Amino acid sequence: MPAATRRSGGRGGRGPALALAALRRLAGMATTLLVTSFLVFSSLYLAPGDPVSFLVKGRSPSPQELDTIREQYGFNDPFPVRYWHWLEGVLQGDFGRSYLFHQGVGDVVWSRLPASLLLIGVSMLLIAVFGVGAGIVGALRRGTWADSTVLLMVTVGAAVPSFVAAILLRSVFGVQLGWFPTFGNGEGALDRLHHVVLPAIALSVTFTALVTRVTRTAMLDELRREHVEVALSRGIPRRSVIRRHVLRNALGPIVTVSALLVSGMLVSTALVETAFGMAGVGSLLVQAVSQQDFQVVQAIVLLVVAAFVLINALVDLLYPLIDPRVAAQGSAR
Amino acid sequence: MALLDIDALSVTLPGMARPILDRIELTVAAGETVALVGESGSGKSVTARAALGLFPAGADLAGRVRVEDIDLVGADAARLREVRTGIAAMIFQDPRAGISPVRRIGDFLTEALRLVGGWSRARADARAAELLAAVGLPDPERHLRQFPHEMSGGMLQRVMIAAALCGEPRLLLCDEPTTALDVATQAEILALLGRLRRERDLGLLLITHDIELAAASCDRIYVMYAGRIVETATADELFARPRHPYTAGLLGSSPPQEGPLTRLAPIPGAPMSLLESATGCAFAPRCRFAEPGRCDQAPPVLEPHGAGRVACHRADELEPPVLAHLAPDSEDR
Ligand SMILES: Nc1ncnc2c1ncn2[C@@H]1O[C@H](COP(=O)(O)OP(=O)(O)OP(=O)(O)O)[C@@H](O)[C@H]1O
Ligand code: SF4
Ligand SMILES: [Mg+2]
Repeated sequence: MPAATRRSGGRGGRGPALALAALRRLAGMATTLLVTSFLVFSSLYLAPGDPVSFLVKGRSPSPQELDTIREQYGFNDPFPVRYWHWLEGVLQGDFGRSYLFHQGVGDVVWSRLPASLLLIGVSMLLIAVFGVGAGIVGALRRGTWADSTVLLMVTVGAAVPSFVAAILLRSVFGVQLGWFPTFGNGEGALDRLHHVVLPAIALSVTFTALVTRVTRTAMLDELRREHVEVALSRGIPRRSVIRRHVLRNALGPIVTVSALLVSGMLVSTALVETAFGMAGVGSLLVQAVSQQDFQVVQAIVLLVVAAFVLINALVDLLYPLIDPRVAAQGSAR
Repeated sequence: MALLDIDALSVTLPGMARPILDRIELTVAAGETVALVGESGSGKSVTARAALGLFPAGADLAGRVRVEDIDLVGADAARLREVRTGIAAMIFQDPRAGISPVRRIGDFLTEALRLVGGWSRARADARAAELLAAVGLPDPERHLRQFPHEMSGGMLQRVMIAAALCGEPRLLLCDEPTTALDVATQAEILALLGRLRRERDLGLLLITHDIELAAASCDRIYVMYAGRIVETATADELFARPRHPYTAGLLGSSPPQEGPLTRLAPIPGAPMSLLESATGCAFAPRCRFAEPGRCDQAPPVLEPHGAGRVACHRADELEPPVLAHLAPDSEDR
């Protein structure tokens, strides 16, 4: 019985436990990133295509010339040495140079970051508002036309890949109706926002559908719980019961599933940004892959993995606030 | 005047072969302890919930439910709230399912006071602590800050009772308040309910499977079978001279409070489901006194016989000596 060991009220003793959990978590995250970096580095090392051929594009260099370039970029070193050099650089914030942009990789990625963050931020807002909102409506109006509409939209939305949504939105609202720009990032706050509307919708369609489904199911599960009937039997108004009990208890599954969706969303930004010609990290990744700019690819993959790991860690650490039955140990789930 | 007066209440769900409740009558007066006994699925909980105006969704209602002269069938939300927050309250079978797991005990207790009564936080907390002390919890201030999973089942049932007392109700509906608890705790909770009834002059409706318990602790008993009240009398009378074959069977089948288990004689057969209907007496398939011809007509609703009232064609003939044969026949088993 945990009640015996974990003292009531739970205040005393919770701080150190939390700190320990956070530390353990950090160590786990570092390990994940290290393993990822190795996998990424080695898979690119093994990938077909020679970066040198790209560097000398258009010319036919002499064997000596080739050798100099190899030496200069360290391509002649054995694999472990090259990995170690790269890792050393990364730990000092140096991700190498981009062949494509003749710039430090850090600067290239950094300059593209704001556009992607804006896109992801707006999408998350849309997903949270419309996903949770539609889920609530569906659950509370179960079996009515409103619920049927929600279910239909969920089925359609979940089946539409983001790049298909991107193409459709762009041609209808961008090209034909001309309501939104169809290309680029925009200049200045308002213009940027205007530019990001269609991409954000395209990016959020699938995930909104998934969040709607989870919210609806979780709400219906909670509506059936006895504590809801108890609250009603005590004369608590229905609206308050929905908010304080049904939605509050449904929050656990909603947050858990949403956190899992983040990785898919980060990947989809590549397609959406490319479709709308946005200069973001996602379109940069596509470009770098196709042009074999491996340093950039490595940095972006690491960045995405880091973001994913960080978000999951945050969710795990904050989860006890949503469900106090889950001890603040991170690994308890 | 009765505190609770249920008169000819029928509750019918569309698509079911028989009503969930069929012309139920039941009264509870101030200061009185009344038991409602019957097998699982006979409609005890539906009856108790009706006393709070909680009816199954989509059910057709007929008859009357009055609590202190407030008619609950078709009452508006404000009326229902008035009854639920100030006149009647319910204690449920499983306290762990009945209290939201993600909120503190203090939140649960003060919810109605603050949301409906408009009490300040401090005042509501003080009142909650007072109530926790009244139900015999040792450290009220600490319990207010605990989460449900940090308390034992017995403690949680006390919390439930405290919550029920919040609005100073005059009618307490107890739906199998001890079924989910171990034997020692059961006795404590029953003693607590008895004490509260005396101190506050409550009318108590106790729902239980255990007819011996009902006979030992209640003034009057209603016996329910397949949605109908089949017999009612004072506890002493019913215990000494059951007139309905089902009551006699229950008395024969429940283990005696003390002494050897010689009288244990379960009623053969299973209770009728909502999908089965009976043109005659619903108990006939299991009744050893069923008489072809007579018992395939529906028996009358409760009619006076002896000191109580019975719903059975053969109540006249089946005087207690006849039924008493049921009890000691365990030798031939
Ligand atoms: N909201 C509802 N919707 C549909 N059917 C219901 C509903 N509530 C109860 N019933 C049905 O009504 C019948 C009586 O249920 P009830 O809960 O009153 O039985 P009970 O006597 O309390 O049984 P138990 O001893 O198991 O608690 C059951 O067959 C049950 O399935
Ligand atoms: S009416 Fe007939 S079948 Fe029903 S309980 Fe009485 S004797 Fe038995
Ligand atoms: Mg019940």
